[in-house]
Amino acid sequence: MAGYILRRLLLTLPTLLLVALAVFVLMRAIPGDPVLLMLGDSADAAQAAELRQRMGLDEPLPLQFGHWLLQAVRGDLGASITNGEAVMPLILDRFGVSAVIVLLAVAAAAMVAVPLGLLAAWKQDQTLDLAVVAGATLLLSVPSFWLGLLMLLVFGMKLGWLPVVGYVAFNDDWRQALLYIVLPVVTLTLIEIGALARMARASAIEVLRLEYVTHARAKGAGEGRVLWRHVLPNAFAPTLTLIGLVLGNLLGGIAVLETVFTLPGLGRLLVDAIFARDYPVVQGCLLFTAVIYVIVNLIVDLMYPLFDPRVSAA
Amino acid sequence: MKREMPMPLLSVQNLRLEAPSRGLVLVDDMSFELQAGEFLAVVGESGSGKTLAARSVLGLLPPGVVQTGGRVLLDGRDLSALKPQELRALRGPGIGMVFQEPMVSLNPALTIGAQMDEGLKLHTALTATERHARCLAMLDRIQIRDPEGCLGACPHEFSGGMRQRIMLASVMLLKPRLLIADEPTTALDTLTQREVLDLMVELARDQGTAVLLITHNLGLVARYAQRAVVMEKGRLVEQGDTQQVLFAPKTAYTRTLVEALPRRGAEPPVQAGGAPLVEVKQLSVEYAGRRRGLFRRPVAQRVLDGIDLAIRRGETVAVVGGSGSGKTTLGRALLRLVDSHGGQIHWQGTDVRRLSGSALRPFRLACQLVFQDPYSSLDPRQRIGQIVEEPLKLVPGLDAAERARRTEAMLAEVGLAGFGARFGHELSGGQRQRVAIARALVRGPSLVVADEPVSALDMTIQAQVLRLFKQLQRQHGFACLFISHDLAAVEQIADRVVVMQAGRIVEQGSRDEVFDTPRHEYTQALLAATPAFAATGAIGAIGAIGAIGTTGTTGTTGTTGTTGAVAAPMGS
Amino acid sequence: MTLRANAVIGGVIVASVASMAMAATLWTPHDPLGIDLALKLKPPSAAHWWGTDEFGRDVLSRAMTGAATSCLIALLTVLLAVSLGALAGVVAGFLRGWVDRTLMAVNDALLAFPGILLAMGMIVVLGASRWGVIVALGLAYAPSVARVVRGTVLSLREKEFVEASRMIGNPEWLTMVRHVLPNCVAPVAVLATSMFGWVLLAESALSFLGLGVAPPAPTWGNMLSAARPYMQTAMWLGIAPGLCIAITLLGINLLGDAVRDRLDPRMVR
Repeated sequence: MAGYILRRLLLTLPTLLLVALAVFVLMRAIPGDPVLLMLGDSADAAQAAELRQRMGLDEPLPLQFGHWLLQAVRGDLGASITNGEAVMPLILDRFGVSAVIVLLAVAAAAMVAVPLGLLAAWKQDQTLDLAVVAGATLLLSVPSFWLGLLMLLVFGMKLGWLPVVGYVAFNDDWRQALLYIVLPVVTLTLIEIGALARMARASAIEVLRLEYVTHARAKGAGEGRVLWRHVLPNAFAPTLTLIGLVLGNLLGGIAVLETVFTLPGLGRLLVDAIFARDYPVVQGCLLFTAVIYVIVNLIVDLMYPLFDPRVSAA
Repeated sequence: MKREMPMPLLSVQNLRLEAPSRGLVLVDDMSFELQAGEFLAVVGESGSGKTLAARSVLGLLPPGVVQTGGRVLLDGRDLSALKPQELRALRGPGIGMVFQEPMVSLNPALTIGAQMDEGLKLHTALTATERHARCLAMLDRIQIRDPEGCLGACPHEFSGGMRQRIMLASVMLLKPRLLIADEPTTALDTLTQREVLDLMVELARDQGTAVLLITHNLGLVARYAQRAVVMEKGRLVEQGDTQQVLFAPKTAYTRTLVEALPRRGAEPPVQAGGAPLVEVKQLSVEYAGRRRGLFRRPVAQRVLDGIDLAIRRGETVAVVGGSGSGKTTLGRALLRLVDSHGGQIHWQGTDVRRLSGSALRPFRLACQLVFQDPYSSLDPRQRIGQIVEEPLKLVPGLDAAERARRTEAMLAEVGLAGFGARFGHELSGGQRQRVAIARALVRGPSLVVADEPVSALDMTIQAQVLRLFKQLQRQHGFACLFISHDLAAVEQIADRVVVMQAGRIVEQGSRDEVFDTPRHEYTQALLAATPAFAATGAIGAIGAIGAIGTTGTTGTTGTTGTTGAVAAPMGS
Repeated sequence: MTLRANAVIGGVIVASVASMAMAATLWTPHDPLGIDLALKLKPPSAAHWWGTDEFGRDVLSRAMTGAATSCLIALLTVLLAVSLGALAGVVAGFLRGWVDRTLMAVNDALLAFPGILLAMGMIVVLGASRWGVIVALGLAYAPSVARVVRGTVLSLREKEFVEASRMIGNPEWLTMVRHVLPNCVAPVAVLATSMFGWVLLAESALSFLGLGVAPPAPTWGNMLSAARPYMQTAMWLGIAPGLCIAITLLGINLLGDAVRDRLDPRMVR
């Protein structure tokens, strides 16, 4: 088991390195001279050369990559072009907002979707199952930003129950903060229930077919026990993988919900930075999000043996 | 075997099972009885409905199958009239069931201990310590080396045979009155099969459990069962004492089954002379071992260790052995499908072990392989005609018309004339295997390696395919290397026999020599473990009472005393 | 849902959307770009079935044109992703060795980014436009295809009918072309069907954020974005494009389910 953990950790390092390289290459591929963009039209050659030297842009590329990487590892992602703020603290701050919403939503979705999927698989082809599949497919097809808009319309504007614009941080006033995140979390939860319920149901159906389930029944185990002790642990593993993927996708796709609900999250930071051509911020966001995604997948992989002991032996 | 007429333990009356959505009748009007402590076999080929009938006793029919008629009575109680909790209470201590596939019958996510414990927890009022003690005692009984460690381990750490024994142990732990065993050893090799079944008989005898064995293997019926019931396509066609069913069958179907048992070929084995066609000298194959821990070097394992073998024109050499003996690797290494690490492979005088590319061409053209699994050896996207024609495309000088002619002729020879336009999935297992044979023979090879070609087929089909193979060999005169774990099939078709164990050859000789006077103890163990010989009366006399207990030491493969004795009636 | 119900409903929806998209290239009830401020923000009526937007443009016509644009983008993206991915997967699975390791390392690095994020990053380089979206999303989804294709190739290599092909004497490349590749088509087809849906959604999201197709060219995403200020006053502006996306995706998902059920013999209903 320890071997498995160690091996998995070691495998992550080259991936992280390649990720950093990919971000670096992407940023360097942007057309146009970054120095001129930063200085604007009124730059002259001397200023440009000086800035270039200061930023280290006259060095050979591999060296630039090395410097940048070292700084990044130390937590220094440079400074924003628009307002000169340090990028890393900015990202962390915004990440806090996005992370809370994503984690709450995925947790809530999993808690609803997994039992629902199990039940549907157990009663396959009966009314409950058909309803679950139909509902999940519908939820899966609705775009999150549209659902968000509709929720906002109904609960925010028409009914006036919840605030429509803005955000309040938890540290400031947790009661108010809750009001502001209810709608985004509920929207996201609904969307994710669709995907997770389908996956949980599909893997449960597979497992229910297997002989050890029949064996458990042949021992006289009741259905509840069969579902809980025999089906769930084996069916959960693929759903766990999907949860990892979902978390990752949301890290990218949360931008749309943050736009709809005007939340100061990481997605919005990235989009704004793209419009403002604030490349250090763009770079920082990309790198940060990718690293978080790799870590999330690592955690999922490490949790896998809990559900499928065969994996750690391999 | 006198029986008064007490209430039978199990009474199945006019059982009828249907799959309404598909409009099929799966079991029709089946009636039989089982007395307490008796051993009854339900025999049939695939599709006969035997598994479904057994599952209906437990009420565990697969979704889509319903019982539409008849009753199942256990000790006089109608099982379909029971409430679900009562039925559940009966499963385990009343009726236990062992399944076919050891790889999926144990939950991979739970430890052995948890799974064994579960049954006890559900049906007894013992404390945790008492349950633990019982599990340990049972594991000890089935001769597991480290019972405590076993309880904490997970199923994937054990081999198929071990898992089946553990399954048996956990089912018998609850002391059921009836044990239903559904093809429990089909997936195991001959020696392991014997161990598991002998164990089952021992445990059943200890506890007075009646056994209902579902099988397609008449040999097992002969060896273990007192009575037998024969099923064909959902109907019960014959029932009676084992001896009567096997040696004096009343119905035509039963007679076909019995005749399908492989028997020694009537002709004397071919004594091929002359220079060998293929000769293998000191051939070795190694597999790089798996890493144990992060920093230890992998240990290479020798799968084949210094093999010497010669095959002459026109003769059939059979290679037998249990799993892990290396026989499959030998076939593949000989054909250069697997890399070898030492020795020589001589083809008509030239060493081909290290050749490649066009130098290897004549060797490739002259040797062919028939695979084991009829379901994955044919490309699902190709039609039968294309599959059989493909080898001809590499023969220089044949045009399309000539290829088509030869393909059609070959298909006719294997009895599949006109099948050229069909796809593989439209054919049965036996037909697919015939396509594989046609593909192998269409270029007129001098050597055919057949790797367990009939193991995946029903008994009657096996007999057909073996007969076809022998006939083709006589007509075309190719040499054959026949790899199999089933000694009975080998006996029917081989001229010479080679026995392998752990990568080495332990005995070689002509067919009659090896089968009549085996010298090595491994050979003797294999012969003793082959069930079919009991049914054909090939070894040992009919009616001889051989005590099973003495030979049933599980876990050892040493010399077994009586070979293939007919089943001793239990408890009579 | 039964196989037939899925296939029928899904098929009907997809066919309708596809025909609407194709029809839009030839004719729409009104000019999708035709500004007429006198008609602005009119609710649905006989003349304008889906009402007008803030510039007086007919919403239905814009939606139809949007369908055409989005479908075309999605189609081209899927083609790009599948071609690139299949090529990489086949080469890696076939050649193995250092080629495989390098390709897979690059693949894993790309897969380490959430799809949309990678696309956004590439849009920065390529600029927000139709082709920018196609290339960005195509490159973002190609790694999934590569992984599936490589996996299929690797598992097929060990199948007995592939061994049989070698046994006959076929050279390795012929074995791959004649036996392995044709058997890869099914899993790729299934993936492509799902992918079409993901790309459609991703393109709408990107356009919604302003990083995709830019106005005045209509696509459902940017129509939804433009509708935000008018949610209370002109609800139809927000409901129509979103409904289009939802229904189209539903159709694709149902059809995809039906395709998968058909190809997967184990899931017998």
